[in-house]
Amino acid sequence: MLKITDLHARVAGKEILTGLDLEVGAGEVHAIMGPNGSGKSTLANVLAGRDGYEVTAGEIRYQGQDLLELAPEERACEGVFLAFQYPVEIPGVNNTYFLRAALNAQRKHRGEEELDSVGFLRLVREKLQILHIGDELLHRAVNEGFSGGEKKRNEIFQMAVLEPQLAILDETDSGLDIDALKVVAEGVNRLRSPERAIVLITHYQRLLEYVKPDAVHVLAGGRIVASGDAELALHLEQQGYTWLEEGGIAAVGSAGAA
Amino acid sequence: MSKQSPSVESLVQRSYRHGFVTDIESETVPPGLSEEVIRLISARKNEPEWLLEWRLEAYRQWQQMRQPDWAQLEIEPIDFQAISYFSAPKSAQDRPRSLDEVDPKLLETYDKLGVPLHERARLAGVAVDAVFDSVSVGTTFKEELRKAGVIFCSMSEAVQDHPELVRAYLGSVVPRSDNFFAALNSAVFTDGSFVYVPRGVRCPMELSTYFRINAAETGQFERTLIVAEEGSHVSYLEGCTAPMRDENQLHAAVVELVALDDAEIKYSTVQNWYPGDEQGVGGIYNFVTKRGDCREAGARISWTQVETGSAITWKYPSCVLRGDDSVGEFYSVALTNNRQQADTGTKMIHLGKNTRSTIISKGISAGRGQNAYRGLVKIGKNAHNARNFTQCDSMLIGKRCGAHTFPYIEVNNPSAKVEHEATTSRIGEDQLFYCLQRGICEEDAVSMIVDGFCKQVFRELPMEFAVEAKALLEVSLEGAVG
Repeated sequence: MLKITDLHARVAGKEILTGLDLEVGAGEVHAIMGPNGSGKSTLANVLAGRDGYEVTAGEIRYQGQDLLELAPEERACEGVFLAFQYPVEIPGVNNTYFLRAALNAQRKHRGEEELDSVGFLRLVREKLQILHIGDELLHRAVNEGFSGGEKKRNEIFQMAVLEPQLAILDETDSGLDIDALKVVAEGVNRLRSPERAIVLITHYQRLLEYVKPDAVHVLAGGRIVASGDAELALHLEQQGYTWLEEGGIAAVGSAGAA
Repeated sequence: MSKQSPSVESLVQRSYRHGFVTDIESETVPPGLSEEVIRLISARKNEPEWLLEWRLEAYRQWQQMRQPDWAQLEIEPIDFQAISYFSAPKSAQDRPRSLDEVDPKLLETYDKLGVPLHERARLAGVAVDAVFDSVSVGTTFKEELRKAGVIFCSMSEAVQDHPELVRAYLGSVVPRSDNFFAALNSAVFTDGSFVYVPRGVRCPMELSTYFRINAAETGQFERTLIVAEEGSHVSYLEGCTAPMRDENQLHAAVVELVALDDAEIKYSTVQNWYPGDEQGVGGIYNFVTKRGDCREAGARISWTQVETGSAITWKYPSCVLRGDDSVGEFYSVALTNNRQQADTGTKMIHLGKNTRSTIISKGISAGRGQNAYRGLVKIGKNAHNARNFTQCDSMLIGKRCGAHTFPYIEVNNPSAKVEHEATTSRIGEDQLFYCLQRGICEEDAVSMIVDGFCKQVFRELPMEFAVEAKALLEVSLEGAVG
């Protein structure tokens, strides 16, 4: 599904990713953890194709295509979804209208018929019910005046409606209370399927109590420095990221691989 | 719109056999402004002596005045002696005879605006005369309006048929010497609309000058006067959606509104005069004076404008809140793209007690466009408990445009409450990326974000105008990003 090889990327002239390798297969959920400034969000933004994130070396293959060749909206239409760490407010633009425009742009790209408002509303109601989200979000402008938790729920709601092939969640769990966290977890678990891949970028392992990852990677200094299973996340939680630098990686890393 | 199509079509079939039009066609007034020209205009329109005197006095005052230079605008010097002040409509022979002869770019624009085919033909000026047009509009509605007692006719007709009303109100809101362009207009105005709504009458339909588009070719000095008697209500729409193809043409109109006791006037404009090309060549100089007078208690005047056209826009639709408890509103979207310039805003003059005003201004600058909001809120010393709320937002698209805000606030009564909020934002790269990441292409994303930005104003417009305004913004912003 996704294969990143020796990825180097710069932001504002500073090299943030320094040779990152990652492979995520269809049907898998991978968690990427790491301290602040390790390059987690840079990775998310590079995958989504944001301006100002310059790839200087390496390759990203996505479903057999060169992902870096595609414009951001083409990536989205090809099924790449980024749940933003800081969802953006668009005043005056109705949330439902926005989401329908997005879904129809993607459907059009796939050669499917666009959904009319009745069909769309039916889909929306169904997703809201599954995720236990109230419909008040529908009537408001995109993220305008939303609380932090509401913004994150809205991201998950969009993800549920758009049904991406590759979902990247950039610290979607940060700063959430337990109810909101459960919504996020529910959204991810519902999306899990043999054809889809999910990358959870997170600072804490708390989300992983609700979403069981197939693999956990530790990102530090712009590279993956350790990979393992869910155990690795627990170790990180208990020991903190400083423990990484003290050489604990090798031990747990190999344990995870065993 | 569809209501007009049969009459429009039948008019297309007709030749120019009406004397009046034929006369005008043979009439040629050479460029230049003098008392003789004004006498000629007045005579041509068969005006009473007092109106000629009124014009001449305006002309004398205009000669003493200087063109204002305080606006945030760069204006090429205007040679007022090079303008023809009474130009006849282009003759039928000069007009394109079929859609095939019309500039394809123009047709493309109509296509995007969703203007139906027969409308397009009419808008493009295909063998349909605007004078015929406005007659047809007038007659379509006249019966229904007459039943309600509403007078809706051209200013020329009003001068002939209702001289007492015109004389009583003309210049009573915008005096002849108000400003340079108002004085010029007072001297040479050729036509415009006149509306009179009698006491207690709610005008049964929206009145519109949408169908006078070609008439604008005959003269760029319109004068509109709307009088709403006690307890009456009228909504008036002014659409200038036909792109003009002439070069740097001066358009100096005056609009006067008079609202008496508890009357309400709602005046909406969608202005899309020819803005000039990408390099700033050509386009209309839109120097307009619009003012409403809430003359008695409880009157209410609301201006809504969507300004997307013109090379240069200089206009400040204002309200004089004379009556106690009167209300003034100003909702504006002004967009400048390429080399367009706009200096626009409003004046809210609070004179009566408990007067209230609201100003919502949205300026959008793209390309090398320059957009200035200029607004005055003045609270007179007797205006106890006056209230004003101003919200002034600017959006920048790209890096070569500019937005400027000049709020003037003058408070002479301590019980007044005046609020001013202003924001300036670059069209969020964040917002744009957010849309792109959801699969929405850049062009759609920009129009969606801009539409959202303007929502507060659009919802003040009558439904069909709101749709048109939205489409206009999209067309005007094409190629603004990327």
